[in-house]
Amino acid sequence: MKIAIPADEKNIDSTVCQSFGRTPFFLIYDTDTDNAEFLDNSAASSQGGAGIKAAQTVADSGVSALLTPRCGQNAADVIVGANIAIFKTGYPSLKENIAAFKEGDLKPLEEIHAGFHGHGG
Amino acid sequence: MAVKNCKIAVLSGKGGTGKTLLSVNLASAAADSVYVDCDVEEPNGHLFFKPQWNIEKEISVKIPQVDPNKCDGCKKCVEFCKFNALAYINKNLKIFDDVCHSCGGCSLVCPQGALTERDKAVGTLSVGDSEGVRVLSGMMKTGIASGIPIIKELLTQCGSLEDDRPIFIDCPPGSACIVMESIKDADYCLLAAEPSIFGRHNLEMVWSLVRLFEKPHSVVINKCVDQSDPTDEFCKENRIKILEKIPFDVELGTLNSNGKIATRENTKYRDLFSSLLEKIYREVPHEATVNSER
Repeated sequence: MKIAIPADEKNIDSTVCQSFGRTPFFLIYDTDTDNAEFLDNSAASSQGGAGIKAAQTVADSGVSALLTPRCGQNAADVIVGANIAIFKTGYPSLKENIAAFKEGDLKPLEEIHAGFHGHGG
Repeated sequence: MAVKNCKIAVLSGKGGTGKTLLSVNLASAAADSVYVDCDVEEPNGHLFFKPQWNIEKEISVKIPQVDPNKCDGCKKCVEFCKFNALAYINKNLKIFDDVCHSCGGCSLVCPQGALTERDKAVGTLSVGDSEGVRVLSGMMKTGIASGIPIIKELLTQCGSLEDDRPIFIDCPPGSACIVMESIKDADYCLLAAEPSIFGRHNLEMVWSLVRLFEKPHSVVINKCVDQSDPTDEFCKENRIKILEKIPFDVELGTLNSNGKIATRENTKYRDLFSSLLEKIYREVPHEATVNSER
């Protein structure tokens, strides 16, 4: 199963990025083969709608689950629309979260924030 | 002395400094004038003027809609949109209305002709009269993200008025896009400020904005009390002209809180705002001359 996690750095020892829409990278990880790939998140420098664009990148990568500390409403609409399950990360590092996900220890992300967009048009 | 067709915007870095007090009373002091309430998120000028609305019209913006039978998923629209208002997922084009800026680009780039535009109501525009003052007011609909289209329409309507009356623009608070839109075509900016550290900070923000827009401007400090005034110091340090200092005045505050126009209620306030108006009129042509020499 392929999963996506926002990552601060482009290596497997990185920490999880606290922002979904403006994370610099996404780790695309295959839990069956342990293959790790990193995608640049072109949405990071967007003027607006970063969450939507980042979610499009994640949806296009063909993952079945997203592990993230937070997610905004617009991004969640895209992710859920693409039938991708959203889990809340429970640890600082990518590796800890991958291990916890494999054990079934991560909970679905229930708090979707309204987003930080739309201020002042 | 009145200045023909001049547009005077009243703005401030925060709410509650006296933008509406100033613009409503200046428009009333001018008597034959136009008052435009650009604070479309929470317009309140009409509470003072109490006009009979003659014209009320709905304002809408263009939002794309997709014909799923024509869309082949090429994602050209998704890639084109600078605001990321579109996503293509699960063979479905998803459109985020609130993120869309109504540029129309997506329907232009769609090779399949799958995107068309529909109207989305964002607010209303009302026009009425109150003792010689033409009152224009915009009201944004609940849940709409941006008031810009309403402000654009208000100022377009203003521009189409075929008369020479001075126009007073009551701006939204702050220094964001909606304020920029409101002052864009103004000939003069009046900055309402409070005599406090917070007031100074807020004045600094709008002052930066009017300088960026190269607008002639001056300051009115409202609710002045007899103690040291950081806002006054800021103006002196930066050689910003203070046109008036309105004292902290319970009577004025009470009139205003009761939705009364002080200028129309009491000659003392009529004199205050008429004198301020004359000072503004003296500033506008002076500054306009300076600008035209650039």
